[in-house]
Amino acid sequence: MFEFKLPSLGADMDEGTLLQWKVKPGEVVHKGQVVAVVDTSKAAIDIEIWQDGTVRELLAEPGDKLPVGAALATLMAPGETAPPAAPPAATRRQRISPAARQKAQALKLDISTLSGSGADGAVTLADIERAAASAGAPTPATPQPTAPTADRQLETRRAIAAAMSRSNREIPHYYLLETVPMARAQQWLEQENAARPITERLLMAVLQLKAVALALKKYPEFNGVYQDGQFKPAAAIHLGVAISLRQGGLIAPALHDVAAKPLAPLMQELADLVRRCRAGSLRSSEMSDACVTVTNLGDRGVEAVMGVIYPPQVALVGFGSVARRPWVDAEGRLGALPTVIASLAADHRVSDGHRGALFLAELRELLQEPEAL
Amino acid sequence: MKISYREALRQALREALSTDPRVFLMGEDVGRYGGSYAVSKGLLDEFGPERIRDTPLSELGFVGAGVGAALGGMRPIVEVMTVNFSLLALDPIVNTAAALRHMSGGKFSVPLVVRMATGAGRQLAAQHSHSLENWYAHIPGIRVLAPATVADARGMLVQALADPDPVVMFEHAQLYNLEDELPDDWQCDITHAAVRRPGTQLTLISYGGSLPKAMQAASELASEGIDAEVIDLRVLRPLDSDTLTASVCKTHRAVIVDEGWKTCSLAAEIMARLMENCFYELDAPVARVCSEEVPIPYAKHLEDAALPQVAKIIAAVRGMLNV
Repeated sequence: MFEFKLPSLGADMDEGTLLQWKVKPGEVVHKGQVVAVVDTSKAAIDIEIWQDGTVRELLAEPGDKLPVGAALATLMAPGETAPPAAPPAATRRQRISPAARQKAQALKLDISTLSGSGADGAVTLADIERAAASAGAPTPATPQPTAPTADRQLETRRAIAAAMSRSNREIPHYYLLETVPMARAQQWLEQENAARPITERLLMAVLQLKAVALALKKYPEFNGVYQDGQFKPAAAIHLGVAISLRQGGLIAPALHDVAAKPLAPLMQELADLVRRCRAGSLRSSEMSDACVTVTNLGDRGVEAVMGVIYPPQVALVGFGSVARRPWVDAEGRLGALPTVIASLAADHRVSDGHRGALFLAELRELLQEPEAL
Repeated sequence: MKISYREALRQALREALSTDPRVFLMGEDVGRYGGSYAVSKGLLDEFGPERIRDTPLSELGFVGAGVGAALGGMRPIVEVMTVNFSLLALDPIVNTAAALRHMSGGKFSVPLVVRMATGAGRQLAAQHSHSLENWYAHIPGIRVLAPATVADARGMLVQALADPDPVVMFEHAQLYNLEDELPDDWQCDITHAAVRRPGTQLTLISYGGSLPKAMQAASELASEGIDAEVIDLRVLRPLDSDTLTASVCKTHRAVIVDEGWKTCSLAAEIMARLMENCFYELDAPVARVCSEEVPIPYAKHLEDAALPQVAKIIAAVRGMLNV
């Protein structure tokens, strides 16, 4: 038997409110399956489980506010049998008549909170009608991942404040800037997009993300976390993508295995991530396993961004806007060419400016061969 | 005036014989003996042996003769003692009468009425007690009726004789002695089920010999505060789905009472239709009270135990409502 605990979904989270269970006692769950929805100070997150098993008991109820690490449920490992004390009824799917189910849907009642009065404990129409009649009182069972409130904005701000204060307090940052010629990337992107339907067109941001990931592959000391007094490199390249929230604040969920994926699927995944981020259905893995964050303020028109590292990560890559700037090309000619200022904020405990410069140079070179990305 | 179900049938036969010279009755013992359930008693004296014809013990022969007479322009009413014996005449009914209109491209029809007793409860043992109505209700080309009330016993024969296609009519052996007021308006149609008792909480679906049990169960349930609607199928083929659907959509629960065995029964067909038509209206699984899956026993206590009874119906309803 093992416990399923509330995971930390980033440095800025120390507690969460359970919104909803997606599993029931007796249900078999698989690694990576979403089992619960938890509200953090920033957003409602779908929490995945990281071990196969069978749900034995749900220890927390929707509405409970719990610290990170609190046990939410107990599970049995595959092959493990239930201790005799486990009630056999708990392993059964909830019984509900089709008419009751239909009525519950119409009334938007959460049937999992109802107990049945029918044969074998089945939920019947009468149970639904009773529940609907008493639904005047607010039910803690179905708090919706809803529209942002003033409270939510305040909490988001507080969470960001805590994480960034910690970052500036603990992490000795150094900053490097590199102006990257973007003529080739832009030209290639235009050609590429001309051949694609509108819905499948690529954004420059995707090329930049892919280039960052490939550069990280060569300079892995920027890809990982600093914990317990030492750097722990990450096995895969999961890029945190800073996404601004409509209600203010930002969130940086992970885009997974960026180095290994072609541009088209990356584009789709990025679009999906942004959409889900704003719809409030991010998954816990996306919230917890990013190892480097990329922030792109290009569409806000700034020249360059020198960011604050999201702890316990050790680097942050920033892009300003792609704009025509005076530029001397390889042949020594001055021209007005599109360039972007890429920045690296890195943790001096882990790396030095020399390596950082090589990393940015690699990034620059990668963006000169967009067709190879 | 109160009359018996038997008397109602006799009145219907007499009227048919009187008003249409093409009508005649034939079957084992229908003449001198007056019918094995005394339905045709006195008719031989009244109408003579040309029109009230005793037949040999040969269901295959005399039902086949009935088919021929119908094809020849007569309006025969053939009485078979029980549905058990009618299996000997399945061929002329199923392969000939039921199929001829279709096979002749509409050129021939068989206006035949076959009456037969069905059901148990009279200690006549397996070979005289089975309920095989569903065998006939399976067959396209015939209409299957099951009068369960004195009024329907009086009214259905008229409609059956007017039907240009074969009609099989089942008279439950336990109903012959049933007495009831014959209403002035005893005319009935042979296309619709009848709501015998309106109710709101569940629908008891029954027919023939089980209907009085369902009605009694409903009235006992009413004294417990459970309001059951009772539907009499009356027409076993073609089934009137609309009436069933409307009732179950209102009450959200159904118990089917059918003296046939559960397996491949009319009750099974009704369940299937309720699933198709009102699954999302159901508030409990549809339940069935049917005969035990044994040949109907001779011994009274065993026969009683094998058949649907009022107590079993009430138990099924209580189980469904969890009370």
